Amino acid sequence: MDHLSSYLVLSAILFSLGLYTVVTRRNAVAILMGVELILNAANINFVAFSKFVTHNLDGHLMSVFIIMLAAAEAAVALAIVLNLYNDRGHINVDEANALKQ
Amino acid sequence: MADFIFWVIWALIVASAALVAFGNNLIHSVFALMGTFLGVAGIYIFLNADFLAVTQIVVYVGGILVLLVFGIMLTNKISTAQISQSSVQRGLGLAVVLGVIAIILTAVLPHDWVGSTMPLEFTDTVTGIGNLLFTDYLILFEIASVLLLGALIGAATLARKEL
Repeated sequence: MDHLSSYLVLSAILFSLGLYTVVTRRNAVAILMGVELILNAANINFVAFSKFVTHNLDGHLMSVFIIMLAAAEAAVALAIVLNLYNDRGHINVDEANALKQ
Repeated sequence: MADFIFWVIWALIVASAALVAFGNNLIHSVFALMGTFLGVAGIYIFLNADFLAVTQIVVYVGGILVLLVFGIMLTNKISTAQISQSSVQRGLGLAVVLGVIAIILTAVLPHDWVGSTMPLEFTDTVTGIGNLLFTDYLILFEIASVLLLGALIGAATLARKEL
């Protein structure tokens, strides 16, 4: 817990699992969950480097803005997903090849 | 003791994130995601980021996770109890992801990060974050407020019945 590498390995694993979720899931909400995993991995890296390498709070500020962006992204994406569901009755992204049918 | 708690949280994050990635039930995945978010908040505490830990719980667990649960409930027929989800191209995805993690770890771990053995102990990050937010990051802060307003209006407009 007092060494940077344990945080970097955790972040890399979290990023990989998020990437796997994004590339393999068909459900749009599940893909959003994968995006959140990736953003959390980035946040861990920012805060860990802030503590162990740069010794200032710039990394914390970046994490605050990333969390803010994630909230905005989740709200807009879920509104789009709801429209997709109203339009075609499912939210499988591999079959969603048109905006309206 | 603190070391033990750290590794417990570390394992909790990896296990619950794996359930998000590999689970077959969408509801189970969402609840596993809550474990991941809470675990990351714990990691923030170990990194002396008290403000971020609270923000993580308030925004992610209290906001984004509830949005995701609403998204699932509004786009599935709940009467079918088992909300299954399927994946495509698992093998190819796994190969790509293993390659990515190998590249990240070989690039990051051997590097000797300057000062990586001498961590700085932050005492109170709230004061520092507040000061930076209204000095160096003021423009970014104002842009963020406009972006949030735009996202709010956009989401409300998109979610209306008559688009």
